[in-house]
Amino acid sequence: MTPRDTASDRLRDRIAARFESPALRWGGIGLILVLMAVLPAALGQYATVIMTNALLYVVLALGLNVVVGFAGLLDLGYAAFFAVGAYTIGILTLDFGVNFWLALPVAVLAAAIAGVIIGGPTLRLRSDYLAIVTLGFGEIVRFSARNLAITGKASGLSGIGQPWLFGWHIATPTDFYFVFCALAILAVVVSLRLENSRLGRAWLYVRHDEDVAEAMGINRVAVKLAAYVTGAIFAAIGGAFFAANLGAISPESFSFTQSVLILMAVILGGMGKIPGVILGAFIVILGPELLRNLGELRLMVFAVMLLLIMLFRPSGIWPKRGVRS
Amino acid sequence: MSGALLNLSGVSLAFAGNTVLQNVDFQVAEGAVVSLIGPNGAGKTSLFNCITGFYKPQSGAITFDGHELLKLRPHRVTASGIARTFQNVRLFREMTVMQNVMSGMHSRTRSGAIAAILRLPSQRAEEAAIRDYCEGCLRFVGVGPEEYDRIATTLAYGHQRRVEIARALATQPKLLLLDEPAAGLNAGEKQDLIALIRRIRDERGISVLLIEHDTGLVMQVSERISVLDHGAMIAEGTAKQIQSNPKVIEAYLGQEDAEAELDF
Repeated sequence: MTPRDTASDRLRDRIAARFESPALRWGGIGLILVLMAVLPAALGQYATVIMTNALLYVVLALGLNVVVGFAGLLDLGYAAFFAVGAYTIGILTLDFGVNFWLALPVAVLAAAIAGVIIGGPTLRLRSDYLAIVTLGFGEIVRFSARNLAITGKASGLSGIGQPWLFGWHIATPTDFYFVFCALAILAVVVSLRLENSRLGRAWLYVRHDEDVAEAMGINRVAVKLAAYVTGAIFAAIGGAFFAANLGAISPESFSFTQSVLILMAVILGGMGKIPGVILGAFIVILGPELLRNLGELRLMVFAVMLLLIMLFRPSGIWPKRGVRS
Repeated sequence: MSGALLNLSGVSLAFAGNTVLQNVDFQVAEGAVVSLIGPNGAGKTSLFNCITGFYKPQSGAITFDGHELLKLRPHRVTASGIARTFQNVRLFREMTVMQNVMSGMHSRTRSGAIAAILRLPSQRAEEAAIRDYCEGCLRFVGVGPEEYDRIATTLAYGHQRRVEIARALATQPKLLLLDEPAAGLNAGEKQDLIALIRRIRDERGISVLLIEHDTGLVMQVSERISVLDHGAMIAEGTAKQIQSNPKVIEAYLGQEDAEAELDF
């Protein structure tokens, strides 16, 4: 590690230490909330749509962070749960005329069941096998969506209605921006609370040393399954609102690339560290947008940037304290 | 010894045809401090792994406190009241002393994901109780509050060993298995360890089974000693009986690469 990195680490720790004083922390949170509230008015509709997408990624990345960052399970098919959430909403609202808010718990349940079906047998295996199985699961879900009549085959589903909430019709991009703000905040709060809990600690124990965790009385399979299902639920909720926002979904929204992008957000920011993962999600979405004036070169430049980040900060931009390479 | 807390009878273990344990009979009485000694490779740690459910013996029976242990997975064995430490200290890296010790309380507590997300009063009370109990365990082994929030693996080695014992105590065991607890400790720290083992038994009422190479420590602390050689129990008795047992002397001195540590 170069001296410059250590200096930046120290700087970051100093900034983090500042935020440990409650007044400044609440001040910082207040500032972020104000910025989030004025953003649509300040930056216009295009930026609002991009930010909505970034906030969706915050939800998805925090969900995957429970699986990969907390519990240490490599999941290469996470987009499948995102698809389960989106398609459940699409099918229930379009084909069965179910209200969005009634379909939402069904979508969550469907993803949780899918998580148990895939996780139950495979979480007994060590991590590498899990990566292969989840990769396969991701592709199976996408191919099924492309071939089944009920999921609209390759063209997908369209005309998914926009939900009402207590007389508020969530319809415009700005409305959805605020919905995703709320979801992202919820995801952060839930992640923080899980992290500092008996179950959250158990995930870390299992990630660090499965055998010792088991010797300490932790049921490693049950704990991993809980992480897997929790991650699936985050994705399903993201997927449900994603479907309502766009009004149309197709199998290509849930490709392997999608899984990799979410995984990248988690790894880039710093696995297991909530602020890092949020930062990672913003980089993955905003990076290509900010580089838009580079034209054709932008994805290449973006890729080189990612490689450099991983080369110089292998444990992420904002890793857990004390986790430095 | 029918009233034994832990009872192994006829335990045999083999890996791919290599016999590790053969027909081992072994008991730990309630409230006893018992040592298991033997040359390197005799199968001592394998015996620990059989008791704790990590290895499944091909034959034999292990009962503990009225439970049949052989069917249980390791976390169920711990829940039934057996805790252990490891030969090479195995603390959770990148986690604090307190977080390490809190792992022991997992099987004694209940709160799940929903309780944590909603911060239910029961969950908050349980978290406070976990912290309290773990503080008690750390105080008991002599680790002070200034070390609670340090990353466990940055502590001095002797203190890491204590934290590992505190973590095992946090599982609220009836029997504590210590795998070479004195390895790497200096003379002063060994004396502290002897005192700690006695306090664990006397003040907490926990039976102790230890594997140890330091025979001086073994002779001082244990009431009964069992000797394992080439996977078979060759002797059992008090320190005096073991010291004069010809089979034991042969096991230690009669081999060419003898780590003749048994300084009688």
